[in-house]
Amino acid sequence: MPDWAQLKIPEIDFQDIIYYSAPKQKPQLDSMDDVDPELVETFNKLGIPLEEQKMLAGVAVDAVMDSTSVKTTFKENLAEKGIIFCSISEAVQEHPDLVKKYLGTVVPPEDNFFGALNSAVFSDGSFVYIPKGVRCPMELSTYFRINAANTGQFERTLIIADDDSYVSYLEGCTAPMRDENQLHAAIVEIIALENAEVKYSTVQNWYPGNSEGIGGIYNFVTKRGLAKGRNSKISWTQVETGSAITWKYPSCVLMGDNSVGEFYSVAVTNNHQQADTGSKMIHLGKNTKSTIVSKGISAGKSQNSYSGLVKVIKRAENARNFSQCDSLLLGDKCGAHTFPYLTINNDSAQVEHEATTSKIGEDQIFYCNQRGISTEDAIGMIVNGYAKEVINKLPMEFAVEAQKLLQISLEGSVG
Amino acid sequence: MLSIKNLHASIEGQEILKGINLEVKPGEVHAIMGPNGSGKSTLASVLAGRDIFEVTDGEVTFQGENLLEKEPDERAKDGLFLSFQYPVEIPGVSMVNFMRAAVNEVRKHRGEPELKSSDFLKVLRDKKALVEIDSRLTNRSVNEGFSGGEKKKNEIFQMAMLEPKLSILDETDSGLDIDALRIVANGVNKLKTPENSTIVITHYQRLLDYIVPDVVHILYNGKIVKSGGKELALDLEKHGYDWIKKEMEA
Repeated sequence: MPDWAQLKIPEIDFQDIIYYSAPKQKPQLDSMDDVDPELVETFNKLGIPLEEQKMLAGVAVDAVMDSTSVKTTFKENLAEKGIIFCSISEAVQEHPDLVKKYLGTVVPPEDNFFGALNSAVFSDGSFVYIPKGVRCPMELSTYFRINAANTGQFERTLIIADDDSYVSYLEGCTAPMRDENQLHAAIVEIIALENAEVKYSTVQNWYPGNSEGIGGIYNFVTKRGLAKGRNSKISWTQVETGSAITWKYPSCVLMGDNSVGEFYSVAVTNNHQQADTGSKMIHLGKNTKSTIVSKGISAGKSQNSYSGLVKVIKRAENARNFSQCDSLLLGDKCGAHTFPYLTINNDSAQVEHEATTSKIGEDQIFYCNQRGISTEDAIGMIVNGYAKEVINKLPMEFAVEAQKLLQISLEGSVG
Repeated sequence: MLSIKNLHASIEGQEILKGINLEVKPGEVHAIMGPNGSGKSTLASVLAGRDIFEVTDGEVTFQGENLLEKEPDERAKDGLFLSFQYPVEIPGVSMVNFMRAAVNEVRKHRGEPELKSSDFLKVLRDKKALVEIDSRLTNRSVNEGFSGGEKKKNEIFQMAMLEPKLSILDETDSGLDIDALRIVANGVNKLKTPENSTIVITHYQRLLDYIVPDVVHILYNGKIVKSGGKELALDLEKHGYDWIKKEMEA
């Protein structure tokens, strides 16, 4: 297991993990009254519509919100444009040429420990293909969210954007996900061909364990995009508030000349959570540009790290990178760490790195209180002000939910 | 409006306020003067509910209700406003959003509906003009990068926005040049009504040339040792605080 991250990972018995089981039918509940009140409260704070709440909590859903019919409508819309959006197992059956051509080309099986694990045992995930010249007419989020109720343990996602195409994809959900599987090791591969643009947004709110640090998801994810064609662009935006341990570095390999890579991240840790996250920007082509904006927020007894690499190879003329790594601390028992690596092998590169560390002071909270703003709202306001730059990159409807999510994740963290 | 009886407060076990008594009626302006370390700012902080101070004895009623059992934000919503001696910077939060949140909290508390954006912006414009604050300041983050004078004007601007019942101005004159002082004082005077009251905490007499108090109190060693009309401030200016010290020790 990789041991370089700033994480304390309890020993995992890999023999003790069930690597494939058919999606478990969660026990169906009869009404919202049977759902854990704490979960319902969070749903309400997030402003999630009742019907959607029922689905997420595993309550029998009536015919109006039958997800199969919604799914069909979306599918018809997408099919008209030639867009393929299906499960990866379906893609293996229906589109073997595309899968064979691209699967494992960005993250090969031998890439890293958790990547190997996923490559060996993944059973499902999502597949997206946007044909030449097509601009995907909707956020693939809407669709995904409806299907988000059963996320797999070893998910595999493959997104291919052909020449001159565009797609915005949102993974995850602001609603808290209660999952029995403790170990998650997913892989996401993105390929952007000439002039193509892929925007991939994540909101991750898996169970972080209780306030004593018992339980919670281990989230070991390999996400990488290959900006293969000239003028292609890959943009990662993530809001990470969940999981007991997060190990995740959405990266871009900027292969095409003039290609662009972006990484915008807000990672919140509270109680005993640990997060080690960041990005790698590998500049291979000429005139490639990358931007990294990472905002860590640590509270409670948590540890939050940024680990990143900017690499410019010898023939990558005129590469540019701007990195900004900020840390915000709440309280005095948490930690924030920054590990930025730069490997620059071409003199024409322009690389900038900025970093700040700040603290939400009691005096700031009191100032807000004195103007009639409650402590909870004050923290929400300060944190959202701090994370604004990243939140603004999210698709509109999720930006609002993500803001609330940040506030909820930090509730009770300042006395 | 405000009634303080035998108020004792300490910080880290050290007693700062040693039995304050004070009555403020609607429409009155009270000045509290005193040498450094006499407890002026502590009194302001205790009234606003800062929890680093512990109230060990006494009672405070504000508009007939027990002030000390309320949270700081409840006190603010009830109409108690503190103009900070050192206003705090909040990066990333724009003054406009901050004020909108504050104004709407206060309105909610009073049972009034939230202001529509257009109405809010109109009020904002009017109040900015009233206190002569540079209109660009409200687009910046709360107090961030403001000069000393701008911070103090910004406090008075917030006071204008929130229309408090009782305003406590904690050393609002410190660090101001004479022009800024006049602007701040004008703002306070314009906001004066027969219903609201003001407590002006100051070290120097000069602010009281502009904000004329009904009553002047001298705070010394955690107690109000002398109260009188506005001429008391002039006596103090003439004789200095040594006069009080001597009188107390005699």
